[in-house]
Amino acid sequence: MEKKTNRWGWAFLIVASAMIMIFSFYPMFSALIMSFKTGSSANMKWATPWYNNYLRMFKDKTFITSLKNTFLYLIIQVPVMLVLAILLAQLLNNPNLKCRGLFRTCIFLPCAISLVSYSLIFRTLFYDTGMINTILMKLGIIHENIKWLGQTGTARAVIITALIWRWTGYNMVFYLAGLQNLDYQVYEAAQIDGANGWKTFWHITVPQLRPVIIMTFIMSINGTLQLYDESVNLTNGGPAGTTMTMSHHIYNTAFQGKANFGYAAALSFVVFILVAILAAINLKVGDTRD
Amino acid sequence: MDAIQRRLIPSYIFLIICSIISVFPLFWMLTAATNATVDVSQGRLWFGAFSAENFKALLDGAPFFQSKLWSAMRNSFVFAAVQTVLSLLICSLAGYGFELYHTKGKDILFGILLMAMMIPGVATMIPLFSMMSKMKLLSSVWGFILPSVATPFMIMMFRQNSRNFPLALMDAARIDGLQEWQIFFKIYMPIMKSTYAAAAVITFMNAWNAYLWPRVVLKAPEAQTMPLFIANLANGYTIDYGALMMGVLFCSLPTVIIFFILQKQFAEGITGAVK
Repeated sequence: MEKKTNRWGWAFLIVASAMIMIFSFYPMFSALIMSFKTGSSANMKWATPWYNNYLRMFKDKTFITSLKNTFLYLIIQVPVMLVLAILLAQLLNNPNLKCRGLFRTCIFLPCAISLVSYSLIFRTLFYDTGMINTILMKLGIIHENIKWLGQTGTARAVIITALIWRWTGYNMVFYLAGLQNLDYQVYEAAQIDGANGWKTFWHITVPQLRPVIIMTFIMSINGTLQLYDESVNLTNGGPAGTTMTMSHHIYNTAFQGKANFGYAAALSFVVFILVAILAAINLKVGDTRD
Repeated sequence: MDAIQRRLIPSYIFLIICSIISVFPLFWMLTAATNATVDVSQGRLWFGAFSAENFKALLDGAPFFQSKLWSAMRNSFVFAAVQTVLSLLICSLAGYGFELYHTKGKDILFGILLMAMMIPGVATMIPLFSMMSKMKLLSSVWGFILPSVATPFMIMMFRQNSRNFPLALMDAARIDGLQEWQIFFKIYMPIMKSTYAAAAVITFMNAWNAYLWPRVVLKAPEAQTMPLFIANLANGYTIDYGALMMGVLFCSLPTVIIFFILQKQFAEGITGAVK
């Protein structure tokens, strides 16, 4: 009887497990093999030397730029977004606040639209003569239109702004869920003891949310390393490839112009290793602070 | 106004500013969809009278548009619906198996499957493309959904939410002579309704919004989904911004409606596996 039930258990989970093996683990493994080859689909040969694709990266200017961009977005966007999200969650967790549902809905709303959609909206907003420039001109802040998407610095800033806009509410929802178990009276007690807003933020909210913060950090790093939709649709990697992300470069290498599956696979393996390393560091840092 | 509310004034100001910033780009998209491209590109902030023309541009498809609005909408709906149904069935079965029939061996397998969460889509994209092209599944619904039907996230979500499932109920059902699979369909599924709702919302939205993999696998113009369609609108040398924003509006409408009706389930879905 026991044995029979156990067999049923395996039967239930076998389809999903097999699909993950076939459509995630196996392709990952073939990507590794592919990364030692060169050429595309039908005519792939072993590279000489076999690690040639990995050497080639160091001379690939676009790849190095995309790597730098990714880390720039990571260092600026992720912390700003997460701090803002925790702050919003703390404010919205106050039971005395009115219209909490309305504020929550508004801030969460950007998550309802696709990455392609918001990229295109921001592209239109920051168009040379577009909305943002028009407003700034009318307010007298600028006297001629800024080419937001035509210069490397401002184009990167627009991408970072757009990312913060899209994902802050998403992360806030995690923190709100994490704060649910916290008795709000703790804050009131702290206030009576004379702790100000920042003190309660750092000494009550942040410790309470630590496991959630680690998780959102890992998710954000993972997401940033795989940025694609924004790079393609907001700036199209421009100007001159200076805002391109790694995934965008990999897609172009594999599927546009002179397709090279082998080299693209090697690049994608770098993304995989970076995701793994950064997640491991994050978990480690999260552990030792206990 | 009492003292408590007065102390909250800075909070209100901050929250109002954040809310306006969050909503404004969407409001702008809505107004831009009703304006001629000239007005949009010059930052006109109010509704115009050009919606019919913008809509028509999407229906006809200018020469450089690869596909048309209705075909893209239909594809998006069909693909997302099929993916949602299959993904829910397969992942909930697995979550059920892993949690309620758990043995050491299954726990080890679960641990291995979780590692797939670390695998970036961009890394598996090229071998998957070769695989789909060998299996002649390019530009088909199967090519679109197969890689994302079974996800560790969904399995984990069902597994975590099965934690409080009453085992006594299963024993009672067995005594009544129900088979294990009947327990799943007749008892587990109805009890887990709210988990299914959250999982359905999140899966549908993810499928609807997917871009990188569809761009790889859906090569034929008539197989394109909404995100591919609107991204194409912005590809020409001269962009019709009014029509573009109308396209973005159509692409966003279904997910925004789902968001407003099922916001709680959506929030549960994204935080689903964290409990």
